[in-house]
Amino acid sequence: MSIAIKVENISKRYKIGLASQRFQYGMLRDVLADAAKAPLRLAASLIGRPLEDPGRNAGYIWALQDISFDLEEGKVLGIIGRNGAGKSTLLKILSRVTEPTRGMVTVRGRVGSLLEVGTGFHPELSGRENIYLNGAILGMKRAEIARKFDEIVDFSEVGQFIDTPVKRYSSGMYLRLAFAVAAHLEPEILVVDEVLAVGDAEFQRKCLGKMNDVASQGRTILFVSHNMSAILRLTQESIVLQKGRLVMRGPTPEAVDFYLASGQTQAGERLWSDEEIPASAAPFQPIALRVRDPRGAVSDTLRSVEPITVELEYRLAAPITGLRVGIYLSTVRGEYVFTSFDVDEPALYEQHAVRQAGHYLSKCQIPADLLNEGRYILGINASSFGVKRYFMDENALAFNVDPMGAPGMQWAEPRQGPIRPRLAWVIERD
Amino acid sequence: MSESSLSSSAYTPTTVYIQPTTGLAALNLRDLWLYRELVWFMLWRDIKVRYKQTALGAAWAILQPVLTMLVFNFLFGNIARMETDGGLPYPIFSYTALLPWGLFSMALNSASRSLTSNQNMITKTYFPRLVLPIASVLGGLLDFAIAFVVLIGMMTYYGITPGIHALWAVPLFLLLAIVTALGVALWLSAINVQYRDVGYALPFLSQFWMFLTPIAYSSRVISEQWQVIYSLNPMAGVVNGFRWALLGVGNPPNLLIAVSAGIALLILVSGLFYFRNMERTFADMI
Repeated sequence: MSIAIKVENISKRYKIGLASQRFQYGMLRDVLADAAKAPLRLAASLIGRPLEDPGRNAGYIWALQDISFDLEEGKVLGIIGRNGAGKSTLLKILSRVTEPTRGMVTVRGRVGSLLEVGTGFHPELSGRENIYLNGAILGMKRAEIARKFDEIVDFSEVGQFIDTPVKRYSSGMYLRLAFAVAAHLEPEILVVDEVLAVGDAEFQRKCLGKMNDVASQGRTILFVSHNMSAILRLTQESIVLQKGRLVMRGPTPEAVDFYLASGQTQAGERLWSDEEIPASAAPFQPIALRVRDPRGAVSDTLRSVEPITVELEYRLAAPITGLRVGIYLSTVRGEYVFTSFDVDEPALYEQHAVRQAGHYLSKCQIPADLLNEGRYILGINASSFGVKRYFMDENALAFNVDPMGAPGMQWAEPRQGPIRPRLAWVIERD
Repeated sequence: MSESSLSSSAYTPTTVYIQPTTGLAALNLRDLWLYRELVWFMLWRDIKVRYKQTALGAAWAILQPVLTMLVFNFLFGNIARMETDGGLPYPIFSYTALLPWGLFSMALNSASRSLTSNQNMITKTYFPRLVLPIASVLGGLLDFAIAFVVLIGMMTYYGITPGIHALWAVPLFLLLAIVTALGVALWLSAINVQYRDVGYALPFLSQFWMFLTPIAYSSRVISEQWQVIYSLNPMAGVVNGFRWALLGVGNPPNLLIAVSAGIALLILVSGLFYFRNMERTFADMI
């Protein structure tokens, strides 16, 4: 087995200004002003009294710091991390979109990436033309595209519209076509980033199937996803990134557990720090998500036979119309158990049509005798339906459910399914 | 990047080293060669899309220079009674110059914006970024060819037969125009990634440059002692060259054209290095 990817001490520094609105583009004016000050600064430093210029070195952040790992040919590696942990930056470096600030990566073979889905698609061109164009952008030769053309069209299921301009496509068709081209690139190394979050369930299955094919052909895959079930299904090994550092590498189930437990300051509680909240969330500011047992204690191990209190603490910096704050509950396998919002009740929704600025606590109770034993993940969502999604974190908090006292405990067998209701059985005999 | 995996079995993966590049990065023309088909595809896309959803379509390729020629003819031919080389009729005198100028200004404009208008390609995938300005510059050639047909018609009308030297001279001067446009566009497109001021400065730049080029007037109005300085503008060489090759007026190429060509090459080579040097930050800055 040879090494397909060798990453050595990769670091990447970004200018913060690039991300923020105000300094979106450096203005020539700023540079001229800076240049004009340069001699002054030089003179000042010569006499040993540096000019006050806080902006000069402070405006950087390290998106990645000293990342090292290597990956053998034919292996599938999962990359897990919260938003802003550096996953995308790492993938961008591996696919040569951007250069690292320090360190070196050695890559054996062509890197294809599914971050590039639909790159260079032109709305005015037909599906057929876009397949050729997109293939060329991804580094395919014309002959190679021609050879795979029918396969690509089949996979995309847009067959009869292949000569229609893609601006007339539905978003689903557009995406399928784009994915189909990328999926047929057949690189030695495939980088997949969150594409599976889009498209319908049927198409997602197909994509995962295609990835399985690629993996079974002995190609190397790097897979990034927030979908823990996809990570668990497709990878044996994963790395966890946290604030730009590689904090763990191990078998995927352990890595997923580690990831879910991270960010919890205390068991059963998740706090959000300012840098974890994207600017787009404003005016919504999540503060904390907690689970409590019936005695009010915050804990990450709760009992199936007792009600579980879920509370979400947040602040609104400004009033929001039609805001709903809610939770997703899912298993660690990624299957949803339920979704619930605090204003699901029409009367409550009326009452909170406009939520004023202030500090809030939205609380609910998961009834006793509902959840099966196992590990569950709580996600949160704050949105105004059809208007804007302010904040979403699908993996905010993980907790365990202990089955002690649950129905059917006399048999030492795992019960299938995420719920374990206590049903009022009646046995009749005539 | 590697060659294609046309024959996967016989294919041996190439090793790529990704690391920070410092100083003047190597030009890496090998990568550009590997991606030569992409130049073709981008060119093809630009041409296909250019006149989509227009009523007149490719007729614009003819209308633009012809309408400009008519305006010039009215202003400078009829009102100002500008003198032409060798007593040529003003319409053909200006149209012959407008052809290479149209190619140049279109190439300069689209290539200078080529990086910013293909942002999503740059932030999402690797390819030699040089592909974009190169394809944009070449994109004007088709329009040039279409507009050239009109010139042939005008030459027939006025009974002008070009000498045999037009066969080598026209392509050569065309090349000079393209090299100049590419060189300037390499500078401007790379600057445009960080400073969008380029987008605003570009129309003025084109306009000033057009006044500095003998399109509406004859370069003979420039006095002898200024001719060398005047030829620092490679487009002056191109326009005079076109008139000489096609209409048989003015001087055959002399040392001044060598100055023009030298300047054009200097801009191109410096542009290439500047572009390569900035290339590594494109994805972060754009």
